Amino acid sequence: MSEIRAEEEAIVEEFALFDQPRDKLEYLLELGRDLPPLEEAAKTEANRVRGCQSNVWMVAEFDPATRRLTLRADSDALIVRGLIALLLRLYSGRTPEEILTTPPEVFARIGLGRLLTPGRQNGLWAMVERIRAIARAFAGAEVAAGSA
Amino acid sequence: MNELAAATAESLDVEAVRAQFPILARTVNGRPLLFLDSAASSQKPRRVVEELRRFYYEDYANIHRGVYELSQRASQLHDQARRAVQRFLGARDWREIVFVRSTTEAINLVAWSFLRPRLRPGDEILVTEMEHHANIVPWQIVAGERDARVVVVPVTDAGELDLDALRRMLGPRTRLLAVTWVSNVLGTVNPVAEIAALARARGVPVLVDAAQAAPHLPVDVAALGCDFLAFSAHKMYGPTGVGVLWARLEHLEAMPPWQGGGDMIDRVSFAGTTFADPPFRFEAGTPDIAGIVALREAVAFVEALGRARIAAYEAALVARLEARLGEIPGVRVLGRPARRASAVAFTVDGVHHQDLGTMLDLEGVCIRTGHHCAMPLHARFGLAGSARASVAVYNTREEIERFADILARTIALLRG
Repeated sequence: MSEIRAEEEAIVEEFALFDQPRDKLEYLLELGRDLPPLEEAAKTEANRVRGCQSNVWMVAEFDPATRRLTLRADSDALIVRGLIALLLRLYSGRTPEEILTTPPEVFARIGLGRLLTPGRQNGLWAMVERIRAIARAFAGAEVAAGSA
Repeated sequence: MNELAAATAESLDVEAVRAQFPILARTVNGRPLLFLDSAASSQKPRRVVEELRRFYYEDYANIHRGVYELSQRASQLHDQARRAVQRFLGARDWREIVFVRSTTEAINLVAWSFLRPRLRPGDEILVTEMEHHANIVPWQIVAGERDARVVVVPVTDAGELDLDALRRMLGPRTRLLAVTWVSNVLGTVNPVAEIAALARARGVPVLVDAAQAAPHLPVDVAALGCDFLAFSAHKMYGPTGVGVLWARLEHLEAMPPWQGGGDMIDRVSFAGTTFADPPFRFEAGTPDIAGIVALREAVAFVEALGRARIAAYEAALVARLEARLGEIPGVRVLGRPARRASAVAFTVDGVHHQDLGTMLDLEGVCIRTGHHCAMPLHARFGLAGSARASVAVYNTREEIERFADILARTIALLRG
């Protein structure tokens, strides 16, 4: 099982404790409160993820030695910060290839699948698209470098 | 006057009104639906939905095409809807009523067909800071094409138009004034008759965006003294997909077509095509026939309740809503205009409006959060967004109290 899928299993287990939507959202609020904030200097227009009702900023660092992508993100809305916390658990520290071949399945499994609809105001879909775009950029660079 | 208004408001039987809206009986997330987003779109009374169904089942055919009975019947119902809207607006002639898709399309029609041909470099289009994007962007687009300028009348801290500034800004280059009657964010009721008089005294045509006014206030275009007025059926208990443009007949007669197609022509040949008279010149293609037919039922619904009575009833709800919001610690209501209709926008210290909207949804509460298609107005107040509760004639005093209680609890939860 891929690292991302393994993390998804862990998240599914955590959310199995809650059967009410309210409890799930309150847990997201809690995760949101615990998410380390992004430094103000990183909250630039270039780092802003478009398509969210709240502001979302995302930064990425690629380590060519380990081929791992480190992601950090922040939002001014608490529930979105909770969603970010989950996304970072899934995708930060993975390789671009694993990110690109492993779209998130966990949100549907924990009963938050409707949050993933394109155009939804929470921007989860836009954030996933941004993570995939970042991964594509580094996977593409690697492929291009390798073929040169 | 206040006593009279109160008496009128009390004479509205809201439970009888609610009984006409089946959706209001449903639950959301296990809680009774508490719908406070009618400024985005209203719910529909049974008679509107029944008429849609009845028309499709019994009278449906395309209009203005066939000589057969069904098409004639459909054309007749379509025409009766136009006449119902004419009476509803106090228009003097049925030819002044143009059916379009939405308020947005009505404004675009005026921008492209009326204004664009008469716009010269350096000309000015006057709009206000509290406009919906639909009453800003079309003007920006035609201004850009003609090297004209969009000039903006400022909004005061109270959330009202700065009328002194408006007077000053009505200049020799002003070619049109576009103003909303009721702010879709603040609920401010603008003195549009006074504003129209100011503009017309200087020969400036006036377009009134009545999208948020038509469901809540008596509308009489003759008394308003404007040149164009637009509203949408869907905010006024009618179907989606239908908007109305009222325009003075002399304007419509002078305006070229904007969209070409069927039903807007006189004769078509490759040597040259001549166009139909208004309003058909502006109604290219098959319209939302059923929606237009059912709009007549929405008009009848509003007229049966009486617009003065609706306005008085809703004013009492809005006043109570504003008072309750003011009592919740951390809640800041945007603006304090002398007169509000339907909508009250607010922010909460330390709480993002999106979190608020999401958590309220769990309680069955529907409110709008975000910029409400009015980013310049939010920027004016130094905000990226807000929360907005808006009432319609089917909301109750009890719902306002319940909303305020739920809101206070939700804010406490979000502040942890």
